[in-house]
Amino acid sequence: MNEATARESFSRRTLGWVLLEFLGSMNLAITLLVVIAIASVIGTVLQQNQPYPDYVLKFGPFWFEVFRQLGLYDVYGTGWFIGILSFLILSTSVCLYRQVPNMLREMIRFRTQVQLRSLRGFHQHSEWLLPGRDLSAVLTAAAGVFRIHGYRCRSQDYGDHWIVAAMKGRYNRLGYLFAHAAVVVIGIGGLLDGNLWLKLKEWRGEVAVETRDLAARDVPPVSRLKPGAVPAFRGNVMLPEGTAANFVFLRLRDGYLLQELPFAIELQEFRVEYYDTGQPKSFVSQVRIHDQEHLGDRPLEATIQVNHPLVYRGYAIYQSDFGDGGSKLELQAWPLSGIRWEPAEVKGEVGSALGLTGSSGSLRLELDEFRLFNLLPEPDARPGDRKFRNFGPSVGFKLRDAAGEAREYLNYLMPAQLEGRWFYISGVRSRPGDAFSYLHIPVDAKNSPERFLKFNARLHDESWLRSLLGRPTLAAENPDLRHDFDLVRLNLVGLFIQGGFAAVSERAKTVVPADRLQEATMLYLNILRDTLASVFVEVLREEGVNVEQGIGEREDAFFSDAVSALEMLPVYGAPFYLQPTGFQQVEASGLQVARSGGTGVVYVGFFFLITGIFIMFYTSHRRLWAWLLIEDGATRLVLAGTGNRRQTEFAHEFAGLRMDLTRRLGPSEPVATVPVAEVSLPDAPVAMPVAGSRSTT
Amino acid sequence: MAVTREAMLEQWDRPSRWRRPTVWDVLWGLLAAAGSIYLYWLYRSYMDGYEVAIQIGSTLALIAWGWYWKPARPFALAVALLAAMALWRYGADFELRRSDFLLKYFLESQAAFMWMSSLYVLATVAYFAALFGRSEFVGKTATALTWCATAMGLTGLLVRWRESYLLGTDIGHIPVSNLYEVFILFAVITALLYLFYEDRHRTRAMGGFALLVISGAVGFLLWYAFERQAHHIQPLIPALQSYWMKIHVPANFVGYGAFALAAMLGVAYLLRLGAETRRPDGLLVRVLPPLELLDEVMYKAIALGFAAFTVATILGALWAAEAWGGYWSWDPKETWALIVWLNYAAWLHLRLTKGWRGAPMAWWAVVGLVVTLFAFLGVNMFLSGLHSYGSL
Repeated sequence: MNEATARESFSRRTLGWVLLEFLGSMNLAITLLVVIAIASVIGTVLQQNQPYPDYVLKFGPFWFEVFRQLGLYDVYGTGWFIGILSFLILSTSVCLYRQVPNMLREMIRFRTQVQLRSLRGFHQHSEWLLPGRDLSAVLTAAAGVFRIHGYRCRSQDYGDHWIVAAMKGRYNRLGYLFAHAAVVVIGIGGLLDGNLWLKLKEWRGEVAVETRDLAARDVPPVSRLKPGAVPAFRGNVMLPEGTAANFVFLRLRDGYLLQELPFAIELQEFRVEYYDTGQPKSFVSQVRIHDQEHLGDRPLEATIQVNHPLVYRGYAIYQSDFGDGGSKLELQAWPLSGIRWEPAEVKGEVGSALGLTGSSGSLRLELDEFRLFNLLPEPDARPGDRKFRNFGPSVGFKLRDAAGEAREYLNYLMPAQLEGRWFYISGVRSRPGDAFSYLHIPVDAKNSPERFLKFNARLHDESWLRSLLGRPTLAAENPDLRHDFDLVRLNLVGLFIQGGFAAVSERAKTVVPADRLQEATMLYLNILRDTLASVFVEVLREEGVNVEQGIGEREDAFFSDAVSALEMLPVYGAPFYLQPTGFQQVEASGLQVARSGGTGVVYVGFFFLITGIFIMFYTSHRRLWAWLLIEDGATRLVLAGTGNRRQTEFAHEFAGLRMDLTRRLGPSEPVATVPVAEVSLPDAPVAMPVAGSRSTT
Repeated sequence: MAVTREAMLEQWDRPSRWRRPTVWDVLWGLLAAAGSIYLYWLYRSYMDGYEVAIQIGSTLALIAWGWYWKPARPFALAVALLAAMALWRYGADFELRRSDFLLKYFLESQAAFMWMSSLYVLATVAYFAALFGRSEFVGKTATALTWCATAMGLTGLLVRWRESYLLGTDIGHIPVSNLYEVFILFAVITALLYLFYEDRHRTRAMGGFALLVISGAVGFLLWYAFERQAHHIQPLIPALQSYWMKIHVPANFVGYGAFALAAMLGVAYLLRLGAETRRPDGLLVRVLPPLELLDEVMYKAIALGFAAFTVATILGALWAAEAWGGYWSWDPKETWALIVWLNYAAWLHLRLTKGWRGAPMAWWAVVGLVVTLFAFLGVNMFLSGLHSYGSL
């Protein structure tokens, strides 16, 4: 070997040594633990894997892009996070690599080479000077006591002195090995089950995320994964009753991949059971597994529910979600803005959209959801009462105009009783996430919304109004005055149906001087209310209600509820009221299918982690030494001991040992206490030591 | 044949790894086993195989607990008697809780929790009084109050368990299913951990600090019950209908309780350290427990908490694998459990391998409680996720 290669190998070793030293260092390990803890917080504060437009809305385009680049929308799958985790695994592995030989040596060796000085420096030590006792007897006695306390001994003759070295609980060292190996094993198992495989395939260009909203059969091959293409995945599929699927969707960033399954899952039935209180009690999917290859023509029947998944051929199928599978709805659209009130029949399925053309341009009716139960807090309840009422089935839909702007509606099928009166309820909101505002349509004698809608239509019908107002019974004496008065009344009704009472007050402001405003407004409102009442009475008369004796209490209440509802109509924003009248519910069950190749590995890691931690904390590797020397016809015995855990318990044990020994050896001569400098223990490090910084405790 | 003195000695005291059990040890074991078998006979129709396995495991744990720590025996017996009395008064009629005197004012779960709450607060006051008044008698009273409060809390939980079945067999479940119930569990477990260390280290000086965090929990409980009406028994949502809940939740609370205890000892440590530097002969230095003791118990509590928390998190992972489709989903609660775990892992490494002691570790233990509290409460209050049933 010439000088150059020697120098090179030396420097290479130094570099490798430095690297190893760095990776296995305690400081790095602790830093990594803290860094991972802090980095993990991000994903709990920022909701993960939401649709990207939601993030844009939340952060604005600039920060959205910054966060996207940092991978914050899927922190736990992002490169840098996996990198830190891998670094911890690497660091722990290096630590293990460097410590395992030491630990094994510690477990086997008795350490018969010790200095008297260091024994005397131990926290637990004791000394005897025994005149007339020969060394071998003392030695036997010491070893005997050690054994009684469960220690294993080894003695060594050094000519001038003897040493008995003893130890017990050496398996404590295994605790360290188990616990740290477990971290490596769990880490590797976890990485195997993560999305590393997908990332690899993506990086090699074998798959590409699909971002368009496509039917399963239209997903292009580059976004499809064959069965077994990746060893671990977690995907979801929403199955309507009576349908089957042999694929699941894997959500990835702003899109998805389609994972094919080697079998098909058919949903026969999905059931939700409820407690008496109305809270859901169980979600149950009755499924059939079709697998020509393994099952032939006889499908496997199974029930899947929360906490009870089905495991088939290593694929675990879970109940994870539920929804609507295209319930068939029957609806009646009652016009709100014209002179007609007769409803039009509408039929549709949840999930479909209908194009409508009306006076206010073309509209798209999107039927979004159907719910059989609506368990809501009792509206009259005091806060904290925890009373709930089932408001029955509801239909959620959107009305989208030509510009793409949509309003969201939630209409209930059955009327609800509020403050003793019955209403058809329809909620509306113009932005998702806002609270709904409600339109309460009073229910008429036939249990229908018709009277209200007819009342509304009559108010829109100018010629009908004119003929009503023109009747002599309602008119004043003077025909000219009457004509003006009628005009005022028509105008007021017109204002009211466009903007409620507020529009009337607004108009008053523009035409009446300020000093007479209040008086005039009161007058206008009284005239309007009077007119509305006349219209209402006429509507009742047309219905066949006898109004000659005035109207009853119920009709009176109806009238004021109807006026409140009319006030609401201008902000309701829909050209019709869509009343759900019938339904045939088709439920859908959201199933999650998972395959995780690393589970076994991780579970083995779990076992080692628990075993390791308990061994580490609740056993202790203890060593005892008896140092014996003949001194002027007497035997000097120095007893010392150390344990790497549970010092208090060890101090007790040591005290017991000392008593036992004294009992056997008889009294000691007074021992001259030798002042010894505190020496650092030659005890092996208890867990992962750092180079150069030994424990000093 | 001459027998040496050493050999004779060796004959006399055989190596005894295990203490020879006394008659009382055997009796304790038999009694616990008999009680468990009786309970099984009573309620076997409600249990599946896993739950029977859990019952056997808990019975063994109870026996071991009583062997390892003597005061556990009278405590367990008292709780069993009180709970049995409540069940006897109830029979099968839940409405008796309003009319039966014993139930209404003492043993009905809500009444028991109120007793527990007031006794814990009294005990806190008594511990501090004993600490500053240097009164042995008051100290003993404080310990007795804590034992009684804990017995009432645990009795209340057991009675509530039965009450949930009286409401309807499909509603019945172990009372560890929502924030209200686990707060009681937290108080009881923290108190038991403290009482153990009090007994083992023969000092009551740490009591006030430990009981302070329990009183905090009691304060929350009272607010939660009176302001939010959270004390009503609610049926279980499907996700929680699993035998895993019976082991996952209690294991978690051993962890939370131990961490809370360690943090309070950290506070005591910092107080004493501050007092020692500023006024070495002041009152605080005279009454507060020595730093070494605080440090040691703090370490022991964190080690125990860490071990229990590891078990709990792993049990949670196993449950998640059965309920949510994977042993780890990076759900906020899971992630925060990991954060807590990593935090104490770092603490233990610093102490055990780098030999750190003193103020930094005490501060860290206190900060650890903040992290733990966030994992326990904050996640449910501020973050949404799969664990949303624990919300306020």
